[in-house]
Amino acid sequence: MQANKHLDNRLGLRGWIRAGRYRFERYLYILHRISGLSLLAYLLMHIYVTGARIYGADAWNTTMGSVTGPVFTMLEFLVMAAFVFHGLNGIRLVLIELGIGIGRPMRQEYPYVNSNDKQRTMMWILMVLVVIILVISALDFFVL
Amino acid sequence: MDTKKGTNHHTKTITFRVQRFDPNRDAEPRLQEYTFPVSQGMTVLDCLIYIKEKLDGSLSFRASCRMGICGSCAMFVNGFPILTCHTQTFELNADVIEIRSLPNYPIIKDLIPDLTMLFEKHKSIKPYIIRTDIKEIESPTREYHQSPQELEDYLQFSYCLKCGICLSACPTVATDRAFIGPQALGQAFRYNNDTRDGGTAERLDAIDHPHGVWRCHMAGACADACPKGVDPAMAAQLLKRQAAAAVFGRGKKAKPAGVAPEPKNVSRRPNIPDAPPRTVE
Repeated sequence: MQANKHLDNRLGLRGWIRAGRYRFERYLYILHRISGLSLLAYLLMHIYVTGARIYGADAWNTTMGSVTGPVFTMLEFLVMAAFVFHGLNGIRLVLIELGIGIGRPMRQEYPYVNSNDKQRTMMWILMVLVVIILVISALDFFVL
Repeated sequence: MDTKKGTNHHTKTITFRVQRFDPNRDAEPRLQEYTFPVSQGMTVLDCLIYIKEKLDGSLSFRASCRMGICGSCAMFVNGFPILTCHTQTFELNADVIEIRSLPNYPIIKDLIPDLTMLFEKHKSIKPYIIRTDIKEIESPTREYHQSPQELEDYLQFSYCLKCGICLSACPTVATDRAFIGPQALGQAFRYNNDTRDGGTAERLDAIDHPHGVWRCHMAGACADACPKGVDPAMAAQLLKRQAAAAVFGRGKKAKPAGVAPEPKNVSRRPNIPDAPPRTVE
């Protein structure tokens, strides 16, 4: 076979980032990965910044002073959003991967009902929870 | 949509942008346009056949049964993998329809993907009944016993056509070439869940590795795209459960079902003639 990258036709990274006409869970899959990676990045920065503590109270206060302001509040809210989404969607994924909430094999008749359809109620409940918690935390971050 | 006088026959002019690729001439795939009136009732495959017969005989695509049972005509239509024989053109609600070969598979020519990867992965999970009673298999005395409920436990997975749609829908296959893929996982579960089979341990070995079942993160795309309701996503999740249970020495299934007992207190109806003599020994 020819060594031709177009012949290969594998989607690669484009394949997981673009959900296109697939359903909502496919978008949650992307969000779950992106929020997970962001939380990991945040954790590393968080350890580095709070590491200022070992240089004494002054160093701590200076560092804390440098990460305040509206930009950092916004970034912190994004961390909160990633945390809430990743946690609640993670509960759904753990349950599904344990085989809970996706039903059991059965004879398929039109219209087909697959595991993705069966977990949909759980998904919507959790996503509504995500929105409610984020609205409350947005009030806490920006208004109160 | 215009209606011809005196008939109940709708036609609509649709432009098809069809992927063309000749590995000997082209460096990369290109899209060629064909515009013609499509009648109500034509499937996307019918339109491709129309193009090949009337407009451009050089177009290559793969199709066979035209009734959704052979799995040859899977293509990527308007950004979604489908069986073209299974999809009404009007159902797509589009004036422009883009048809490409299935992504994640190498292109042989035009719309023909090379499904070798799919078949290799399918083979790797030993998709057949594994038993130790060789003598009974070589010269069977009676059928193996299986209740209707036990049949239903794996029946839906046995409808797999090997069309390859799930592997082109799967975001993990897109990024990990070695991932075993939804089709093979579905079939591994189908045989593991068959009461006549005794090969669960061998099959779990084949799927429980870094590129195996644990790479599935439940995007649900394979289940949504599958044209036969096979639901490989469910099979993958239930396999994870089996694989985890096996680590803890739990969830071992009973010994493979034996031959069905000979029925008692029954006699042959007198009006049924004898079977004709065997023609081969």
